[in-house]
Amino acid sequence: MSAHLMSLHRCCQRSARLLVAGRPWSSSSVSSPPLHTRLLLFLTQRFYDVEMLLRWRSQQGQRRVQKKNAYYSYTQHFHGADIAAAFYVLSLKGGFRYVGQSDWFHTDKRGQFNWNFLNHKDTPLEEVDMSCSLISYSGLENLVGQQSLRTLSLQGCPEVDDWFLARLHVFQDSLEELDISHCPRITTGGLAALRNLKGLRRLDMSSLPGLSNPGLVIILLEEMLPQCQIIASGYDLSLSQEGIEERNEQHEQGHESDKSEKQAIY
Amino acid sequence: MLTWRRLHVKASAVHGLLTSRLVTEQHTWVHGHLPLCQSLSTGTPVRNDFFKDLEAQFAAARQKAADAMPGSSWSPIEINPNLPPERADIVIVGGGVVGWSIAYWLKQKERVRGALKVVVLEKDPTYAQASTVLSAGGIRQQFSLPENIHLSLASADFMRNINDYLGVLDEEPIDLQFNHSGYLFLASEDVAHIMEENYSTQRDAGAKVSLLSPTQLKEKFPWINTDGVVLASYGLENEGWFDPWTLLNAFRRKAMSMGVVQCCGEVTDFKYSVNRAMTTEGKSLDIRRIKSVKVQMPNSLEYQPVECAIVVNAAGAFSSKLAQILRVGSGAKNTFEGISLPVEPRKRFVYVFHCPDGPGLDTPFLVDYSGVYFRREGLGGNYITGASPEEEKEPDPGNLEVDHEFFMEKIWPNLAHRIPAFEKLKVRVETLSSSLVVFNLSGAADLKTKV
Repeated sequence: MSAHLMSLHRCCQRSARLLVAGRPWSSSSVSSPPLHTRLLLFLTQRFYDVEMLLRWRSQQGQRRVQKKNAYYSYTQHFHGADIAAAFYVLSLKGGFRYVGQSDWFHTDKRGQFNWNFLNHKDTPLEEVDMSCSLISYSGLENLVGQQSLRTLSLQGCPEVDDWFLARLHVFQDSLEELDISHCPRITTGGLAALRNLKGLRRLDMSSLPGLSNPGLVIILLEEMLPQCQIIASGYDLSLSQEGIEERNEQHEQGHESDKSEKQAIY
Repeated sequence: MLTWRRLHVKASAVHGLLTSRLVTEQHTWVHGHLPLCQSLSTGTPVRNDFFKDLEAQFAAARQKAADAMPGSSWSPIEINPNLPPERADIVIVGGGVVGWSIAYWLKQKERVRGALKVVVLEKDPTYAQASTVLSAGGIRQQFSLPENIHLSLASADFMRNINDYLGVLDEEPIDLQFNHSGYLFLASEDVAHIMEENYSTQRDAGAKVSLLSPTQLKEKFPWINTDGVVLASYGLENEGWFDPWTLLNAFRRKAMSMGVVQCCGEVTDFKYSVNRAMTTEGKSLDIRRIKSVKVQMPNSLEYQPVECAIVVNAAGAFSSKLAQILRVGSGAKNTFEGISLPVEPRKRFVYVFHCPDGPGLDTPFLVDYSGVYFRREGLGGNYITGASPEEEKEPDPGNLEVDHEFFMEKIWPNLAHRIPAFEKLKVRVETLSSSLVVFNLSGAADLKTKV
């Protein structure tokens, strides 16, 4: 009896320690996750079944994204690549505009859209607005053939990451405006891939949470893309005195630890 | 009798018999008396000592009670917890990225959960001389063999979806810090035709590569001096560099969450059984089968023989040494047993330098036809450079000393010729490093840059 209590007590201590040292909860700076999440975590560490259920749930989320971004081969076969691209954009709750047309085709919140876009056969897309949609790297396969794409808006897309930006080289001659603000998964390494977009004239990279040194990255991007106008708002670029002192201290500590490490190895 | 018990107490640190614990209490009690005799003049410190001792004794008594309960891990026989298990199905020798990747994929492919017991042995947990952590961390598809191109494309796919493969429930997502800047190969007159052939092979295999003429090259990268360059090959997608240490830790974390046992030790010997068989020509053949490997603990004479079915040699630059221990190649010449492992370690230098006016964010991993390469490191104007030495002047792989003269004579002139901004640079001596690279004697494949 007392042994059971002792082991339960030890288990509680262990799980508490694990929770304290566990993951920071995605991008929010809350100190500890809500109660039901903590309970789920505790159960996951005790029972295989709970772990399996949680893993199925996360896999279901991934499968949903993959299904949305599947290759629309049937539509391509029956209606051609441009209609397939248009249908793909509308299915992901985006909007687009054809070359030579002035009105946009949008999907509303309930997922309904105007089927008149089928009337324009073999007209490439000129402007595409995919803000807050689930577009991902594999979904870009549907848009790859659009050689007259001039504007692409990816504001707030959760699945757009560095690999997606690297694949945008397929639009290197035509793309003039790109909006990647508020995308949580973009980091500095992906922005380096924008080198290939020779025709880019306007780039909006505001409020990217994945950037660690936004000020420096903006300057380097401006040097890399001299003909492009870069809009970067939503960053704290202030050079306050405390900030500079803190950074100097960290820099010195980093140097000392580097030197001592190298001495230890050699 | 009492003196024997006191000696016993000195030998055992934590685990001990009930009687020896009583002796420790008596020991501290005896010690507690001495300060009492010495410091009668001060009043309060004596009482603090007494209460601290009492607390320590209560804690010791609680620990003793917990150990005595069933379900505790106390045992009268002292077992070193760092020893590898006595029996394992597969022993992987080498804890670099290749070893842990093998462990992960073995566990991924097992049909029944927990069916395969995999042990990974790494002799140096600080990875001070491991090729994985000292490498430049680049990945490219610009090879001449289609097999290499397909392997590299599959690796890029893996890294793109790394969180689907190596994500552990409830841990942080993996950030490889992948820089998608591509590789840029420069060719002179005599090798331009090879580059064109390679370009068509790469395109056929599905790599996204583009060929650039000198004018296009100058337009794209104005900081390059296109003297002597006839053709350039630039990777548009799936090429760049990343942090190999993060990848290693991601593999390790996922493999350990799937039940792979990690152990720190070195393989020094092995036991095998021999079966004698007759070939169709009538010659007798000795078929040797490994029964167990002897794993030596670091800085200790302790060892553990691990019975295993399969031993995987993933020791990187030290794999030929392991093969010699396993007596691969010890048979007669001109027989199968006489073929030794054709892998040897080669030393390569990597220099970090700082140049304030150097090329910016778009710097690709540039490889010149003279063999010199460089890439950007971080955002502070630092670059990493190195070169493959000629066949005759290979440095001695016995130690990891860095040769500064190699930089001054072989690398800097070529670098300054290709990029004029690098005439003024400052080598960061404290971050020089040399690494041992696995060199495949048959095909000169540089495994350092292929992950």
